[in-house]
Amino acid sequence: MALPMTPSIPTVSPILGRFTIEALPLHEPIVVATFVAVALGGAALLGALTWFKLWGYLWKEWFTTVDHKRIGIMYMILGIVMLLRGFSDAIMMRAQQAMAFNGSEGYLNAHHYDQVFTAHGVIMIFFVAMPIVTGLMNYVVPLQIGARDVSFPFLNNFSFWMTGAGAAIVMMSLFVGEFAQTGWLAMPPLSGIGASPGVGVDYYIWSLQIAGIGTLLSGVNLIATIVKMRAPGMSMMKMPIFCWTALCTNILIVAAFPVLTAVLALLSLDRYADTAFFTNTLGGNPMMYVNLIWIWGHPEVYILILPMFGVFSEVVSTFSGKRLFGYTSMVYATLVITVLAYLVWLHHFFTMGSGASVNSFFGITTMIISIPTGAKIFNWLFTMYRGRVRFELPMMWSVAFMITFTLGGMTGVLLAVPPADFVLHNSLFLVAHFHNVIIGGVLFGAFAAINYWWPKAFGFKLNQFWGKVSFWFWVIGFYFAFMPLYVLGLMGVTRRLRTFDDPSLQIWFIIAGFGAFLVAIGIGAMLMQFYVSIRDREQLRDPTGDPWNGRTLEWSTSSPPPDYNFAFTPVIHDNDAWWDMKARGYQRPVNGYADIHMPSNTGTGMILGGLSVAFGVAMIWYVWWLAALAFVGILAVAIGHTFNYKRDFHIPATEVTAIEDARTARLVGAAA
Amino acid sequence: MSPPSLHTAGHVEAGPQDHAHDDEESHGSRKGYWVGFALSAVLTAIPFWLVMTLTLGKQATALLIMAFAAVQMVVHMIFFLHMNRRAEGGWSIMALLFTIVIVGIALSGSLWVMYHMNANMMPMQAASDMG
Amino acid sequence: MTAPVVPLDRDQFHLAEEPHHPEGSSTMLGFWLYLMSDCLIFAMLFATYGVLGTSYAGGPGPKELFELPLVAVNTAMLLFSSITYGFAMLSMTEGRRGATQGWLAVTALFGLAFIGIELYEFTHLIMEGAGPQRSAFLSSFFTLVGTHGLHVTFGLIWLVVLMVQVQMKGLIPANRRRLMCLSLFWHFLDVVWIGVFTFVYLMGMLR
Repeated sequence: MALPMTPSIPTVSPILGRFTIEALPLHEPIVVATFVAVALGGAALLGALTWFKLWGYLWKEWFTTVDHKRIGIMYMILGIVMLLRGFSDAIMMRAQQAMAFNGSEGYLNAHHYDQVFTAHGVIMIFFVAMPIVTGLMNYVVPLQIGARDVSFPFLNNFSFWMTGAGAAIVMMSLFVGEFAQTGWLAMPPLSGIGASPGVGVDYYIWSLQIAGIGTLLSGVNLIATIVKMRAPGMSMMKMPIFCWTALCTNILIVAAFPVLTAVLALLSLDRYADTAFFTNTLGGNPMMYVNLIWIWGHPEVYILILPMFGVFSEVVSTFSGKRLFGYTSMVYATLVITVLAYLVWLHHFFTMGSGASVNSFFGITTMIISIPTGAKIFNWLFTMYRGRVRFELPMMWSVAFMITFTLGGMTGVLLAVPPADFVLHNSLFLVAHFHNVIIGGVLFGAFAAINYWWPKAFGFKLNQFWGKVSFWFWVIGFYFAFMPLYVLGLMGVTRRLRTFDDPSLQIWFIIAGFGAFLVAIGIGAMLMQFYVSIRDREQLRDPTGDPWNGRTLEWSTSSPPPDYNFAFTPVIHDNDAWWDMKARGYQRPVNGYADIHMPSNTGTGMILGGLSVAFGVAMIWYVWWLAALAFVGILAVAIGHTFNYKRDFHIPATEVTAIEDARTARLVGAAA
Repeated sequence: MSPPSLHTAGHVEAGPQDHAHDDEESHGSRKGYWVGFALSAVLTAIPFWLVMTLTLGKQATALLIMAFAAVQMVVHMIFFLHMNRRAEGGWSIMALLFTIVIVGIALSGSLWVMYHMNANMMPMQAASDMG
Repeated sequence: MTAPVVPLDRDQFHLAEEPHHPEGSSTMLGFWLYLMSDCLIFAMLFATYGVLGTSYAGGPGPKELFELPLVAVNTAMLLFSSITYGFAMLSMTEGRRGATQGWLAVTALFGLAFIGIELYEFTHLIMEGAGPQRSAFLSSFFTLVGTHGLHVTFGLIWLVVLMVQVQMKGLIPANRRRLMCLSLFWHFLDVVWIGVFTFVYLMGMLR
């Protein structure tokens, strides 16, 4: 039963590589049913798009857009869609583990189960958390610094499509072939060609490599934007805190993702070119892979959480009606975390056996990094202290975060003690810890951000009732799902197990499964919240552009902002620029508009993304001719793109006037 | 050499003035490139000579050539990459310093960690040799 | 830059006129940041070489394999290409298209020579049975040196594309910017090569 169903390496055909009809998982009823559902849903979606003649609109206004706001929204949609996929994996695992006792094998065979837990981790980190984080920064940063767009608008579109291409490759592995069965970091020698001869690990490698290019370029882009495009008067220390956290996040991205690229390239060389980096033979050293991948991996968790610290700072300050407490300390805490993030990676493998000196060094740095994080928690608490706190949805998520994240942080410090880690390593305690900080930190932050900036992006607020339903089911569901895992971890249960022998453990897994079920309702309620809000958008409409009595610059423009963001380039005197403008009786100018210089849309990004999918798939299946063709195609399209020197246009003043006059009318209507 | 060298002769002296007005981006001067080239030629030649002849001991040679490499990298940064504290409002040098710190951490950290692991987790081969 | 030229009026909250953002003013910084990330890729390859570079697995070591005179010639090629690229940049600032193109062509020739010598070295090693599959030492050697060579190759492709573009459009600001980016790239590869010949070849001979 537990035998891998990987087809033994078939001969490589010159035309189809190692693809055969066997690669389609026709023998796995669950996958076939999923495929039928996806195919029907996809066909219905495509049909609807054709029927309503939306293709032209999508192509012109979205796929080819270089507008940071639309790209940001596309990233968010990608993240939320992939969240549904990642969560399906989660609930399948919870169900399996709750069932597989007393000799029961559960309903997932080992081949399938191992793919599920690998895909869950990969998707949640790379294709849920990363797109959401990147999307938020893309949407918010230019607005907060008073810019018209990012530094490199085309690159931004290209980055999105590379991320999308990576996601497409992961999704493809569900129906064609298989995904890796190695856990989310694909550690060798398990991920080597000997132990994993199938296409799974290759799907893993190429999806991450392609998406990684997008992530890296978007990091470069956002750093340049923050450094170069700030409005006049906005010195670094007058920048909104979210921009600071975004800056540090992108620095981490630019300094960490190359490491992932390098280490995955070495793994691919081992798999494709028969080199001996991480092998057990010929002098290779698998632990070098572990070392290298965690040099990327630890900064990665700060890449995810730092922007959320920024979100919470904005939300807590806005909904407490107060300036953020300790802005400067917040900035320095963020910077300290940025550097310290590179000094703790070994705590992920204390048990490797580097000895006491190495372990104690990394244990101590790990404990040190919790200090700036703790300082931040106090800053938020002091911001709330004696504030007029409004418990709107973003604020509710922030409070839930502070409690949950502190708990997760404390279990983290516990794991930072090397002797304790020897007991807890690879156990469900660890699984509970990182879900505690990633769900409690990153996801709660994402939900706070979505509720907070949705009115800015679409011009209407989100429905409160369904938002609250979602909030309570998520938060309570989270505690039900993960507290039992702490208990199980302390009892010594290791992660990634498919079946269990000890019947006394089952109750905890059932409780955890119940928690996952509550979270499922929370996700359902969130989708319901989106649906209801879009349906009732006229009642929820916010004509002012400033629904929360905001403090930063994005609330000074209309909701949704015009393509050019600001009719006039704003001038900044204070950290809370918009608050300062309101306090000083700023009058919005209603005439004197000039032409605005903007970048033009281009389809090159999407074409390159498509070619990258072709290249990745060809490499995965050993279809060498297609890989060569796609690679030449990528080069040709990229070079061809550089021959286009006309990449911008001007929005004429008359058009700006028309847009701004419409806003004036809306504002008058709102005031009346 | 090819045609360009004909043009260069008359412009050797013109270099500095030509670039005095070049305020936004420094491309260096002809003199700067020659100085950089001469320095790096020397800084390359000496290590090669040291290793090829082994005039000094191995340990000393190793330390010396590493020092030469470090100096030569700085020379390239200054004369060819035109690094200075002013480029891009100081952001270039800041990015460079940050990268050097991260590279330093990752390189030395990896070597340290892996060395200790190898020392503590003796490979089977070595263990049997010991036994 | 964002620093205001004139002190800002405390009650002024927007600019009456569009500020002049010079086209591509972020490009050089952006490209520099990309180079920094590339630097980290090389750092990881150096780290891998540092850890695995003595794992010969009973196969040949550096002393049996490396030919320092060849490496010295190769280093010279790269150094020459660096200064000729510098001259191309000087010609560019002087606005002389022909001279720029000429120096770029010379740079390309030196680059090609470098790649040629490296390919010769690689084939020679593989013929001797010291290919990248032989040992972890050789895997990391081929990967580190080969990645540098691949970068030079892409630099050459880029250089040719830029020469075509300079021929078509002249030394317009967009092309100057691109030439400056390639200049950074080219000199950056030179810096990486210093690391390669010191840590891989010279230190290898000392083992």
